[in-house]
Amino acid sequence: MTIFGWGVFKGMMVTLKNFLTSYFRKPDEGGIFTVQYPEEREKELENFRNFPFLVYDGTPEKIRCVACGICERECPPKCIHIEMELDGTGKPARKPAVFDIDYSLCMNCGMCEEVCPFDSVFMDHAFEVTSETGSEGLVRHKEALLKSNEYFQKIRPALASTIDQKRKAAEEKKKATVQATPPPAAGAQAQGPQ
Amino acid sequence: MNIPLVSPAIRGIEFNADMIFVTAKAWILSLLGHFLPDWVVVLASITISGVVILCLGPVIMMYLTLLERKLIGRIQNRYGPNRVGKWGLLQPIADGIKMFTKEDIVPAKADKVVHLLAPIVIVVPALMLFLVVPFGERMTAVNLNIGILYFIAVSSITILPIFMGSWASRNKYSLLGGMRTAAQMISYEIPMTLAVVPAIMMSQSLSTNTIVMSQEGPYDMHWFIFTPWGIVGFIIFFLCATAECNRPPFDLPEAESELVAGFHTEYSGMKFALFYMAEYMNAFTLCGIATTLFLGGWQGLFFPSWLWFFGKTFVLICVMIWFRGTFPRFRVDHLMGFAWKFLLPLTLVNILLTALWQFTSNLAAWLWSILILAVSLWVLVKLNRTFIPEKRHYPLES
Repeated sequence: MTIFGWGVFKGMMVTLKNFLTSYFRKPDEGGIFTVQYPEEREKELENFRNFPFLVYDGTPEKIRCVACGICERECPPKCIHIEMELDGTGKPARKPAVFDIDYSLCMNCGMCEEVCPFDSVFMDHAFEVTSETGSEGLVRHKEALLKSNEYFQKIRPALASTIDQKRKAAEEKKKATVQATPPPAAGAQAQGPQ
Repeated sequence: MNIPLVSPAIRGIEFNADMIFVTAKAWILSLLGHFLPDWVVVLASITISGVVILCLGPVIMMYLTLLERKLIGRIQNRYGPNRVGKWGLLQPIADGIKMFTKEDIVPAKADKVVHLLAPIVIVVPALMLFLVVPFGERMTAVNLNIGILYFIAVSSITILPIFMGSWASRNKYSLLGGMRTAAQMISYEIPMTLAVVPAIMMSQSLSTNTIVMSQEGPYDMHWFIFTPWGIVGFIIFFLCATAECNRPPFDLPEAESELVAGFHTEYSGMKFALFYMAEYMNAFTLCGIATTLFLGGWQGLFFPSWLWFFGKTFVLICVMIWFRGTFPRFRVDHLMGFAWKFLLPLTLVNILLTALWQFTSNLAAWLWSILILAVSLWVLVKLNRTFIPEKRHYPLES
């Protein structure tokens, strides 16, 4: 036979234990697990993905993006807008003249990162995105989107180094093929490879 | 108070600290007495006590809300409010400013006058209760010789403004909450009053001050709670007090999961805050009276009397908050049954015990009391056991 009121007593002991342990226990041992955000932050996980950005090598002029427009087509909410840069003769310069991403539309799916064949678009870690002018200010232009490869190395080291190795290997392979077959004459190049 | 444990020097300091508020008031009055007639000094004396009580009530209420939020937070593994000021100490002020700037909404079909009056009226009995609470030695605002009777009478007025508010709101949730309040508070008034009786019997006085005095004894620890009838009476009184000020687990009048917010559904801004203020001030005074009746009031060793009183009262308030953090709400029929079928008979047994204790208070009396209590408790639990009907089976015809 249980004593009358024993359950009440047990319940009160549970809350008392919670109250007392909240002062000295660690979060994963039953203490307070609140992270007081502006002062404290959780550790950023490497695979945390937020809004996309553009990677450049060395200087902002050496942008990886070739304005192919694949990400523009694949983007589900259609938040990317790209315009190809034209050189003096009116031919495409394989460089974006305009590259806008509307952060107010972007849903952080990461499709652009997946489809980009030039390892140019990657998802950022910056999540504190604000603007003082409403949704207008959330449209990020090329200058704001461009970030160096070093930054990419810093936020997502594992992915960035594999990408770098891949790119290096591809470059060496290209160099090797270029050395094996001496460059043909200018006329031959215009005709294209047979 | 007469113990040779502490040296005279320390006793002198204790006496000064003990009488600090009394001395301050006497000093002010003597200063006024130099250039004012006697009747003005009497008026000033009343005014000083009144102003102190009128300030004490709201300030206590403000910091009780903070204490409650902090403790509940800790119970639920959160920090409570900690943004406004150090440890959130300015939070109640921020809340007050917010309440004052809010829009005051009155329902179109409401009874405007009664709707306005209810939150004003509810604060009055809550403040009036402060009059008879002995905050310390010689620190009772009005030493009424019917103090406890006054307390019971005034505290039961609280039903009326709550019902006024709920009726005037013209809202079915409000009205349901008001009905529940009336039923609950009238029911719990009876065991509460009867739980007070043993303390009155033993001190042979209705004055709160005399009840505290009668708990004087060796080492200032001759409190009523250290007797069998005292502890039972205290537990019953405390449970009824929790029910009287509509605090969880007896918060049926404002059961937010059933009746939007109960009787204060249609109140906003400062009117809502006044309901809240009355609830917290009632919680404080009820804990104060529980301290007075059973925990020896301001009796205690070494520390000043008012510190003892506030310490004991705040421990009781923390227990109320602890209740809130622990228990789910009662069901209406359980609530009523608990008052009428369990607490009421137990208080009657308790009064009998007190009468026996009056004649024989020794070890045998302790054993007899425990025996009587155990038997009556057992009988009551048996009589109150949950009725579980036999499960009926309806076999399918094949």
